[in-house]
Amino acid sequence: MRHHAHHFASAEAEFEASKQGMWVFLVTEVLMFGGLLVGYGIFRNLYPEAFHEAHKHLAVSLGAINTVFLISSSVTMALAVTYTQMGKRVAASCSLIGTLTLAFSFLCVKYVEYSHKFHDGLLPAGYFTNTELKLPEAPLFFSLYFMTTGLHMLHVLIGMGLLIWILRRTWSGELSSGYCTPTELVGFYWHFVDLVWIFLFPLLYLVG
Amino acid sequence: MSNYLAAKGLRSWLTTLDHKRIGLMYLFSIFVFFLLGGIFALILRLHLFGWGKDLLSADMYNQFFTFHGAIMIFLVIIPGIPGALGNFILPIMLGAKDVAFPRLNLASYYIFMVGAIFAASALFLRGADGGWTFYTPYSIRTNTTVLLVLTGALIAGFSSILTALNFIISIHKLRAPGMTWDRLPLFLWALYATSIIQILATPVLAITLVLLIAERVLQIGIFDPKLGGDPILFQHFFWFYSHPAVYIMILPAMGVISEVIPVFSRKPIFGYKAIAYSSFGIALIAFIVWGHHMVVSGQSELANFLFSLLTMFVAVPTGIKVFSWVGTMYRGSIHLYAPMLYALGFLELFTIGGLTGIFLATLAIDVHMTDTYFVVAHFHYVMVGGTIMGLLAGVHYWFPKMTGRLYSERDAAISFWSILIGFNVTFFPQFILGAQGMPRRYWHYLPEYTMLNRVSTVGSWFIGFGFLYLMIYMWKAVRYGKASGSNPWSALTLEWQTSSPPPTENFEIDPVVTDWPYAYAPDNVHMAVNK
Ligand SMILES: [Cu+2]
Repeated sequence: MRHHAHHFASAEAEFEASKQGMWVFLVTEVLMFGGLLVGYGIFRNLYPEAFHEAHKHLAVSLGAINTVFLISSSVTMALAVTYTQMGKRVAASCSLIGTLTLAFSFLCVKYVEYSHKFHDGLLPAGYFTNTELKLPEAPLFFSLYFMTTGLHMLHVLIGMGLLIWILRRTWSGELSSGYCTPTELVGFYWHFVDLVWIFLFPLLYLVG
Repeated sequence: MSNYLAAKGLRSWLTTLDHKRIGLMYLFSIFVFFLLGGIFALILRLHLFGWGKDLLSADMYNQFFTFHGAIMIFLVIIPGIPGALGNFILPIMLGAKDVAFPRLNLASYYIFMVGAIFAASALFLRGADGGWTFYTPYSIRTNTTVLLVLTGALIAGFSSILTALNFIISIHKLRAPGMTWDRLPLFLWALYATSIIQILATPVLAITLVLLIAERVLQIGIFDPKLGGDPILFQHFFWFYSHPAVYIMILPAMGVISEVIPVFSRKPIFGYKAIAYSSFGIALIAFIVWGHHMVVSGQSELANFLFSLLTMFVAVPTGIKVFSWVGTMYRGSIHLYAPMLYALGFLELFTIGGLTGIFLATLAIDVHMTDTYFVVAHFHYVMVGGTIMGLLAGVHYWFPKMTGRLYSERDAAISFWSILIGFNVTFFPQFILGAQGMPRRYWHYLPEYTMLNRVSTVGSWFIGFGFLYLMIYMWKAVRYGKASGSNPWSALTLEWQTSSPPPTENFEIDPVVTDWPYAYAPDNVHMAVNK
């Protein structure tokens, strides 16, 4: 059992507190993305035609591939947590590397998607230069597209940073069956990031 | 065991994980920001005296009220009581050694300071205008450095979230053995309710500011009518945070008052549960009234009606609190020392502020009063009269605990009366000015408003003097004050059961709670004050 901070009665209590803290943090995340989605809902409601036309310019296949990547990464993350709890250092590290690889693949696909949009001039309203999309409100769709996916991507990047940190500590044996709070918390966070995408994908790519 | 102030040197402060030191760092920083915001206010009032010659140019005037508002709201009133008093007192009141996540706590202080630096750096560049509400589209078009202030507010918001998170988990997980929920001190109930609002509302402000920043940098057009966006949406988002934010500001002050009144009335608190739960009533209603700021913004009649009705409901939980405090004082043996003076000042000012809030919640009157000095006066009565009075009550109440020393009660009374009288002289005339139609945020006014504006300006000098005097005697007390002993007020909450200043780990022996903390009796208690 690892030594716990002096102001907690036990390592158990410390873990419970950290877990609860993570949940509260995720509530703030939900509200932050929630605000953005409310904005999306309002504009979609105001300009349904423009949003419908605009959403046809998103690559559903690429979005779908990314969805698969992220869902799989949630599986490998869950495995990493379980293996760490069981004290299987190598298996846990491999699962973390798997999660990182899937996250990286997600970013690669996103890069391809973004560069297409840049090339076609499908950019936030003020920089929008595409001539095919004639409806005046269509650029707003891309503003929201970049804001939501951009904020999500920022979360993916932060998550990858955390995964690397966890991976190093798992490999060195610091995080193991005795103490794996950080792994579990990063796991929560990663599932949340995954979940956000599960909302963004249909809202942007499918129903637009 | 040595006390928490024993370690010397700047490093020992800047790298501390001790909640008490972090609390004091907040207190000091917030006080500096308060002085800065206060200087802006004094200059604004001086300008409005109407000397016949303008003290400020129109642009400067816009910038000054923007900085006054933004600094006071985001860097003083919102972080004030939770950051300074909450950090210092909450763990000790719980009987804990620290907050749940001490590192996060220090991080939140630094995040706050980074936000403050961002906001303040605008002062040295092209300033900022448009007021602390940053309404679009003006905030998109202005060529001042408003971007820095927005970023500062965004960053400070994260600090606010982290503090709230720390408080919620600490209250859940670190209560001393025997401290059941119905023995939890009311200050902590209030901080708990505040933290919930911070957790639920601040992220919405964060995303709003992110969108506004993106609006200026990337022209996303969401709030820009020129690009198909909707400026009213900004107002909805902004007030969805900023109305609950006024309860982030006032609830902790109410918590302080709930602690001070029973101690200085030597009576058990009246309506403990009512006071505790009404905070949650306030927190709940807080989220469904934001539209009362937008009555003339082109909201539907139905929405106006509903928001007006819901706003009226705020009077119920706040009324419950006010009556409970008055009920506590009734037939108590009241000791009029500085914390109690400020608590009574709070009651007076907050009641006036709250009642005029009902005027404003009434639709027909609100249409007339929108953007007049009536709103300015109402807001200052609630926020300064409420929060700053609460903060000062708390600072005076816990000063002996923080420093182990006593301030002069005589000096404290002089400063209190100067602030209280000055406050009423400054802001009461503004109710009348507003009712007569004087618009807020205007650089010049019609000649018939001159007299009351002059009265208001003279009042502001008394407030300024009161705070100057306060700085002096507080400094004297820190340096030369008599030793206070561990419990000068004979109070029952846990923070008074340890030495003053407390040891680093807060208690020599881990405390066990066996009773609720308000079992006061109207005996001839001797309070060890410095008359
Ligand atoms: Cu409001």
